[in-house]
Amino acid sequence: MAIADTPFTIAGRTFRSRLIVGTGKYSSYAVMAQAHEASGADMVTVAVRRVNISDRTRESLLDYIDTARMFILPNTAGCYSADEAVRTALLGREAGLSHWVKLEVIGDERTLFPDNEALIEATRILVKEGFVVLPYTNDDPIACRKLEDAGAAAVMPLGAPIGSGLGIQNVNNIRIIREFSRVPVIVDAGVGTASDAALAMELGADGVLMNTAIAGAREPVAMADAMKHAVIAGRLAHLAGRIPKKMYATASSPVEGLVGR
Amino acid sequence: MQWQSQVQFPAATPVRITLNGESFELDQPLSVEELLQRLEIDPRRVAVEHNLVILKRHAFAATLVGDGDRVEIVNFVGGG
Repeated sequence: MAIADTPFTIAGRTFRSRLIVGTGKYSSYAVMAQAHEASGADMVTVAVRRVNISDRTRESLLDYIDTARMFILPNTAGCYSADEAVRTALLGREAGLSHWVKLEVIGDERTLFPDNEALIEATRILVKEGFVVLPYTNDDPIACRKLEDAGAAAVMPLGAPIGSGLGIQNVNNIRIIREFSRVPVIVDAGVGTASDAALAMELGADGVLMNTAIAGAREPVAMADAMKHAVIAGRLAHLAGRIPKKMYATASSPVEGLVGR
Repeated sequence: MQWQSQVQFPAATPVRITLNGESFELDQPLSVEELLQRLEIDPRRVAVEHNLVILKRHAFAATLVGDGDRVEIVNFVGGG
């Protein structure tokens, strides 16, 4: 990098990439693996679901993830109560022998917005159980503070609804969340294209998590490459210190010495 | 999903369990480890819940699945 940066560390573990990617919605596991490679990510999320007992010919997700290089973060997607989320997290821990969890407690089916009340409760329970909890929440700085107080290792405010591709809906709130937080802030959900990821990083986010933006792109591998660059670019821009916004022009070229004046 | 068992001599009472939400029949009680082998599931890639208790992997061999039991076998799948 052109400027010194602090390492991206969560709960004492350092990651090389500030881009975290999902494993869902890909047309094939092979494409997923290529996209992961192109993204440069070293952490991926996975869901915890029942094994398909009747169809044993299905390929296994883990065959396409190099667990020596990729850190697996199980999520509690699809959980609508603290109890469900805690149960899923505990199952995920046993399946993966990792005590990390991307904690989701969903409040509504259409928006998939988090139920912050239940999320904070589940965070407390799982932190007591020894988990490293990364909660998916909304762009509410107070909810983020409560999650941090409950012991979350990072906070993950959404940019926009999951899979919506709307980008950062509340730019100022994300900036405020970064200002208030003492743990890493990872913008998770709603990223649609590269500029959204760059913006999240420019606002000071420590990382960005995305799934649909890459998996659903026409060319996922190319988009993964774009996102890798976007996160790096946004981080650099943040570290470099942008110019202030002004309402009117300030010339870039000198006003003196004009020929004919 | 029903799994038709072979008749054994002496005829044993079939063991009916709920496996991943569906009724499932075994010809005799067996350990979780044996059940996973029968289902051709790699025990290192799953978590198992037996009657709402999440089992540690080292307990698979010692935990017996009997009539009326509820078993959930989960693994990691793609997700965001």
